[in-house]
Order: sequence, then C-alpha cells, then structure tokens
Amino acid sequence: MHPFILNRKPLEKTLNQTKPLVSAQHLGLEIAGRQVLHDISFALQPEEIVTVIGPNGAGKTTLLRLLLGLIRPTSGRVERHTGLRLGYVPQRLQIDATMPISTERFLQLGSTAVDTHSVLARVGASKLASMQLAELSGGEMQRVLLARAISRKPQLLVLDEPTQGVDISGQSEVYQLIAALRDELACSVLLVSHDLHLVMAATDRVLCINQHLCCQGHPSQVSRDPAYLALFGDKVVPYSHQHNHEHNLRGEPLAKKQIAGDSLQNHTNDPSKKSVNK
Amino acid sequence: MTDLSQLLHSQFLWYALAAGLLVAVVSGPLGCFAVWRRMAYFGDTLAHSALMGITLGFVLHIQPTLAVGASSCILALLLVYLQRRQKLSIDTLLGILAHSMLALGIVMVSLLKIKTDLMSLLLGDLLAVSTQDLVLMLVASTTIGALLFILWQKLLSFTLHEELAAVEGVAVEKIRLALMLMLALLIAIAMKVVGILLITALLIIPAASARKLARTPEQMATFASLLGCLAVVLGLLASVLWDTPAGPSIVLAAAGLFLLCQLRP
Repeated sequence: MHPFILNRKPLEKTLNQTKPLVSAQHLGLEIAGRQVLHDISFALQPEEIVTVIGPNGAGKTTLLRLLLGLIRPTSGRVERHTGLRLGYVPQRLQIDATMPISTERFLQLGSTAVDTHSVLARVGASKLASMQLAELSGGEMQRVLLARAISRKPQLLVLDEPTQGVDISGQSEVYQLIAALRDELACSVLLVSHDLHLVMAATDRVLCINQHLCCQGHPSQVSRDPAYLALFGDKVVPYSHQHNHEHNLRGEPLAKKQIAGDSLQNHTNDPSKKSVNK
Repeated sequence: MTDLSQLLHSQFLWYALAAGLLVAVVSGPLGCFAVWRRMAYFGDTLAHSALMGITLGFVLHIQPTLAVGASSCILALLLVYLQRRQKLSIDTLLGILAHSMLALGIVMVSLLKIKTDLMSLLLGDLLAVSTQDLVLMLVASTTIGALLFILWQKLLSFTLHEELAAVEGVAVEKIRLALMLMLALLIAIAMKVVGILLITALLIIPAASARKLARTPEQMATFASLLGCLAVVLGLLASVLWDTPAGPSIVLAAAGLFLLCQLRP
C-alpha cells in the first residue's frame, strides 16, 4: 500500500528466538474520523533499544501510548508480555505549583521500597533529593522522571522525548546514560526522539514513522533509506552549514527564491522540521 | 455575659460546632485535591445541583441530606462520563450545567410549592442541625476520611501524572471515580453548614491558605483541615455574638485566614 515500507518482514527472526516483550500487529488508530496511525507492526525484543523517530504530528507519542495500553487501538492489537514491569518517562510532567512535594517523596510514590539516594545518584541528580518538585528545571525534571522509572527495576523502559528541556551539550549524555542503564538493568528500551543524529550511537533499531511505518532498521541503514530521506531530507545528519544566500547591510537575507520565513536556507526539502543541528 | 454562658449550655450551639468541625476536617484534604486538580468549577457544579436533589427528595419523600448525596453521586458519575467523551471544553460544560441546574432547582422549588426556606438552602442553616443530620454527617465524613486514608498514595500519584500512575499499575478510572464520589458526599453534608452557594469556598479557601505553610502534601492537607476548623469556630462565634448568618461568617473567617497566610513570606 505504501511505497516506502521496507523490511516488512519482522527483524526478530534474525535477532532472537525468545518471546518479544511488546509486539504490535497491524496497529491502527482513528480519532474522530482521522486516521492517526495505521498498519504498524513490530516487535520489541529483550534488551533491545528501539527508537521511534518521525516528524511532528507523526503519531510517535500516540504509538507509545498504544503500546503502553493507555489508549486502545481501533484496529490491530498490542501484545505485552505477561507481568511486564514498566518504567515510563512521560514527555513532561507539568507539576502544579499548588502541590508541595519533594523530589524524594515523588520517587517514593513510584515504588515504596526505593533507595532514593542511589537512584538519584545514578542519573546524576543527587543534589535534587530535598528540592521541591515545582522548582526543578526541565532538564532536572527529566532526570528525576528517569530516576523514578528505573527505581521500579523495569524490564521495559519507555521514554517519550527524554531530552526535552535538556540543552544540546547534555543531550548525548542522556542517551549514553540510557544505553548504560539498559546494560545495568538488562531491560529493553523504547524511546521517542525527533533526532536520529543524536540517538544513532545509542540505539539498536530505528522505527521511522509518519502515521504509518515508513522504514525500520539499524540507524545507519535508516539514515540512507529513501523513506527516511523523504521525511527528513538528507541534510540532517550531520548538518554542515552551507551559506547559499547573501545578506544586505541590515542583515536581511537577499532572497534568490521567495520561500516563506525562516526556512529560507538549505533545508528546503525538509517539510516539517525547522530545527537544525548545530 | 450571662447570655453567652446560657448559650454555651444550649445544645444547638454544640451541634452546630460538631457539624461544622466534621465537615471542615474532611474538606481540608479533599479541598487540596480540588486545588491541585483544578476542580473548583467541578465542585460548584455538584453543589449547585444539590437543590435539584432536595426537590427530588421532597417529591420522593427522602431525607434531604440523603437525597442530595444520591443525586450528587449520580451527577458525579455523569460528569466523569461526559468528561471522557467531551466535545466542548470541560469548563464550558460545567459552567452550563452548574447554573442551569441551580436555576432549575429554584424553579422546581417554587413550582412544586415546596415549603422550604430557600435562603437556608443557599446559605446554610448550621444552627438548625438536628441529631439525624449529625449522625449522617458523622457517617459521611468517616467514609470520606477512611477512603482518603486508604487511597492517599494512589490519589497523589494520580494527581501528579495520570498516565504515569496508570503505567505503574494504579487503576486510574477507579481513583477518579472515588474522588468524584467523595466530593459528592462532602457536598451533601456541607450544604447544611455553609449552603449550596458557598460550599466551594469551604473546599478551596482553607486548602489555598495551607499551601503557603506546607512542604509536603500531608502537611498541606493537615493545615487545610486545621484552618477550616478554625474558620468554623470563628464564624460560629461571630454568628452567636453578632447574630450574623453562620455559613457566610464561616466563609468570611476562612477568607480572613487566607489573607493572614498570604502575609507569610
């Protein structure tokens, strides 16, 4: 049906014979007559790191929510390993400043027997233990959420854009941490990212989605895949700046072609992503 | 001062005090959830619909507090259902429901020629609490207190992040339902104390005041209870000394305490 679907045969045959932790079969979701996701099939193997990438509005978070069982698919089905222990890092936690609660207490809500100090130390957030949750910055909150997820000793760690609010220099650090945690906890990792470049080193498999599964495979393979290139363009990994236009004395670009707004420069075949890596 | 000592020996005052304190103790922690989850409007909707409950109780010959309790619970269930499949924003929906239910209640009272004092329903009638009322209040507040105690951790988890709680195994829909039903029960018993129009004030103001004083959710809940109790005592005192209406006096006392708490840096 879709010209871009590659690797429709599941990869797991060549990887592992054991039962997948989570699998999706022809997953589809329709909300108010709009097809948000359709015909997505894949399986997550033990101790595998899988990254879901796709442009904004591609349905990445929705796919996670389906796999976590937070919403039900309108077609297809999700199978989760029975008794699977999950650790979840949501995209963001908007803590209402009206609730006074410390980081420590927040961690204890996730699992009562948690050793808050060692868990916080593991994610490099020891200093935050006694701070009020509402006072944390975006990056600090991400670490605390990660601490809460790993404190449950999950068999599957699910992260939705774990580097939101983390500055560029800290982002690859977060992905390294995730890869290290996979080894320590011997868990699988499923994460959503909008940036293949950053997750490349720390992921085993990439699912590129845009409502449907465009392509999947090893990151280096996906980054050359025509379906991936059609979505993200070939200038994303790695970005090297080529100045292709001039500025006048007031700093305004002298347009060769009239293209709207700030996407005046090199990434013209990039339909949905405006941000460009440094 | 003989007046006052005479008053202190009168049963109605002690009944009023006991009723007020029973309601204030549980409305503290429940009010915290109303503040944390931004449910003030929700409480208003349930409260404003209480008048309908009373008219229904009158028609069906059910004790008013029971009738309001039952009708609030049904409305709470309905709201949970509507919330899940909303097209309008929940604010709008609640705004429409709250005021049309209040209007409907008032029209029904006059159409059915129910012999009741509308003012005492709208603004409370604390000094006329009967033994039966008191027993019902005791049962309801004990139920709410027990539920809060048992579900406390899950309620907190649910309030902080519903999806995170769900992934971690909290039965989110049950918790939501429990919270709504507790609120409905509270409204049924608080109606006698501060009246339909002022229930939300008793719920929100002590909790909001306690925010400044607390470092943990439990502290905030406890302070909210204590401030609520203090407001009941002060309001009742004012009502006895200066013959002001008890319900509004309690709410004013709570508002005064709120302002005092704001002075804390």
